[in-house]
Amino acid sequence: MADYISTCSDWTFELIDRYDQEIGRVARNYGLDTYPNQIEIISAEQMMDAYSSIGMPVGYNHWTYGKKFLEYEHSYRRGHMGLAYEIVINSDPCIVYLMEENTMTMQALVIAHAAYGHNSFFKNNYLFQTWTSADAIIDYLLFAKNYVAECEQRYGVEEVELMLDSCHALMNYGVDRYKRPSRLSAQQEISRQKEREAYLQSQVNDLWRTLPVRKTEKRKKNAKPFPAEPQENLLYFIEKNAPLLEPWQREIVRIVRKIAQYFYPQRQTQVMNEGWACFWHYTLLNTLYDEGLVNESFMFEFLQSHTNVIAQPPFNNKHFSGINPYALGFSMMQDVKRISQQPTAEDHEWFPDIAGGDWRENLDFAMRNFKDESFIAQYLSPKLIRDLKLFAVLDDDRRDEYEISAIHNNKGYQHLRQALVDQYNLGSQEPDIQVYNVNLRGDRSLTLRHTQYNRRPLGDTAPEVLKHLKRLWQFPVRLETVDQKGNVSLLHEIK
Amino acid sequence: MTQIIDRRLNGKNKNAVNRQRFIKRFRQQIKQAVAEAVAERSITDIDQGERINIPSKDTAEPVFRHGAGGRREIVQPGNQEFVVGDTFPRPKTGQKKGGSNAGNSGESTDEFVFQLSREEFLEFFFEDLALPDLVKTQLTKIHEHKWVRAGYTVQGVPTNINVIRSLRGALARRIALRNPRERQLEEAEERLHALQQSPDADDPVTARMIRELEDEIVALKRHIEAVPFIDEFDLRYNNRIKQPKPITQAVMFCLMDVSGSMTQERKDIAKRFFILLYLFLIRNYEHIDVVFIRHHTTAKEVDEQEFFYSRESGGTVVSSALELMYEIIAKRYPSHEWNIYAAQASDGDNWDDDTENCRDLLMGKIMPLLQYYAYIEIHDRDDKRLWQEYKTVQAAYGNFAMQRIESVEDIYPVFRELFKKRADG
Repeated sequence: MADYISTCSDWTFELIDRYDQEIGRVARNYGLDTYPNQIEIISAEQMMDAYSSIGMPVGYNHWTYGKKFLEYEHSYRRGHMGLAYEIVINSDPCIVYLMEENTMTMQALVIAHAAYGHNSFFKNNYLFQTWTSADAIIDYLLFAKNYVAECEQRYGVEEVELMLDSCHALMNYGVDRYKRPSRLSAQQEISRQKEREAYLQSQVNDLWRTLPVRKTEKRKKNAKPFPAEPQENLLYFIEKNAPLLEPWQREIVRIVRKIAQYFYPQRQTQVMNEGWACFWHYTLLNTLYDEGLVNESFMFEFLQSHTNVIAQPPFNNKHFSGINPYALGFSMMQDVKRISQQPTAEDHEWFPDIAGGDWRENLDFAMRNFKDESFIAQYLSPKLIRDLKLFAVLDDDRRDEYEISAIHNNKGYQHLRQALVDQYNLGSQEPDIQVYNVNLRGDRSLTLRHTQYNRRPLGDTAPEVLKHLKRLWQFPVRLETVDQKGNVSLLHEIK
Repeated sequence: MTQIIDRRLNGKNKNAVNRQRFIKRFRQQIKQAVAEAVAERSITDIDQGERINIPSKDTAEPVFRHGAGGRREIVQPGNQEFVVGDTFPRPKTGQKKGGSNAGNSGESTDEFVFQLSREEFLEFFFEDLALPDLVKTQLTKIHEHKWVRAGYTVQGVPTNINVIRSLRGALARRIALRNPRERQLEEAEERLHALQQSPDADDPVTARMIRELEDEIVALKRHIEAVPFIDEFDLRYNNRIKQPKPITQAVMFCLMDVSGSMTQERKDIAKRFFILLYLFLIRNYEHIDVVFIRHHTTAKEVDEQEFFYSRESGGTVVSSALELMYEIIAKRYPSHEWNIYAAQASDGDNWDDDTENCRDLLMGKIMPLLQYYAYIEIHDRDDKRLWQEYKTVQAAYGNFAMQRIESVEDIYPVFRELFKKRADG
């Protein structure tokens, strides 16, 4: 009885510290490897602040963040939305926000979920390791904030706002999908930023040299196309090649691009990241209960919010809004543990490598080496497909009706798995648009190519986005689409 | 390894800048919404925030995305009776999601809805009225106390030190602490002098007395020197205390001509006029009653809805309204208990015979009871009789204000006197 860490629902700093120590101890016993934590207690209003700046602890000013804030505030005040219990920042030390309104149980839940679950995922998943630098992000964001503020003073708030608007429109196309970006370091950013300005400008100028070609140089009839190969990173291409941008504008393009790149792994690992964190808060707090450190009322409160978080309403329920990544991720992590501990004949057939193995090793391996699409491709088991009663609907605009293309039976497992993988593949969820050509010698127009995926057309926002692109490029921009047979047609053009 | 930090106290309102940016960007739309809200609201509700709707296509941030069409396969949970090969008709166009779940997201997404705070709302409301900034802050701020001088205290901040008081205290303390010692010193020196002059100065007893006296003199001098020129103890600070404003009550009479010539547009201008007076009054009085009197040939006390939105036609007898107001004051609002304000809006028409009645009523009976009488005439033609008669009232009473109005920014001058008085105090 006297061993319980706490018995009432109010939290104190001492109790938070105590819980953190116990949860940390249990987590280390399970072999979780984490960054040091920095737990920050904040108010509801601050939570909305953090929320609306997409979780960046320091961010430059922009009206869209104000819009998000108003949106959250409105629905929070009217009770449409509970606030997120936690926000966690992929940084070293890992920053975890706890909201002051939470009860002691909720704080412990958040500590287990964010400070040990998400934290260890950030530190060890290969995407995060390759693409983000946890130790440098805060400094970089600070650099970005100051730089944008300085530009606002020098060139006016409006100018900077237009620039940011246009960059945000293309933010999803500001990431390198395959090439590893250089590491972020604020120190170097500041010291090299001036250098880069001068150098970049000279490069761009060379590309756009308008001096007459010297007679000694042979004029080639068919000059090489530029870019030599299609470019997927639109913002990068603009930063390096847009003819008329001022150096500070290029720097802003770069800032938006870097931030997009920093968040790119999070967009690719939503199911895994949340599943991993849910799995660990569930496991860690249950372990505390087994050790007699928390009492039943603690567990009831915890389990109630846990089940809310991982609830998956069926498709015909009024609360349904797509597959809940928490539910899918948690079930899959639990399933890996189950397959390791109590494999069935089916599991032996489907997962010969992990069935009957050490669940900690198997989970650790899964966490380190996958992203959502490959994780689902590798680990979604027939049993889970049956449990979730998954089915696939085929929507083809050449037919008048929807068709059920697979259900949770023997024939359907592979098919469903593949369809679900596709649903989490950012490459097929976002239209594939690349820089195809720049007319160097003529009107300097920029041509983008959209390669259709399963004949899916572009949404009606494309002309709007193209206007933003035009603002950055400042010469005519064109958007072409290529269908599956390779026919090219012009979609929009802005002169 | 873990660090726990309490951030609750710092970084509040971190998003205020972004909020301002948003409001600035959508100024036009918000202004439109505020104008609509003012038209719909009751005068006594003006002092609140407002829910603002903006078409969400205006606030959208466009990105490239897939449109409807093509071939796609969607995985859903919770299958009940479907088997492979089942087909069912496609939902109507415009619903994007596949499966039978389409379009159940609940709230409409056509509008971006948010809450404007009270200050922001009033700022937009004031925008057209051409109010001086001082008046704006005065109306926006909520005063409940005022600071008054209340003598001096021994504690305070350095900026509040009262130099004269402090030095006077120091001087008194120096005199009080030094004087007795100085007297003793004088005596001791006199005695020493006497002893030194005396013939038996070499006598061992006398010599000892001299030594003792010399020691005493040294000690006394040290004491006197030790009294500081100024001590913390001497410091005096100006003292200010909060004093609650006296609780008072006021009644505001809104008088309006509702004859056929008052169009809805004119009534809207009149409404702004009444609102402004109301806003002034709630800053200054604890409790306010609003009485609406409308008139054509006869006057009637009505509620706000009827006051602004029901239409009547016919001639105009202004004195009927004044008479009714006088009756109501006599019956319900004795002038020694109530501060009485009146605001009248009209297009200036009146029966010719009645105009002198009005003047007499105002001069003889009503004006002596009132704090302030504000009159606006909404038209763009030449002077009318009523205007001229009112001029004589204005000449006689400083608290009678009148103005001819064509648009809302002409309203403020009517209240100039009223606001000036308060700004001084």
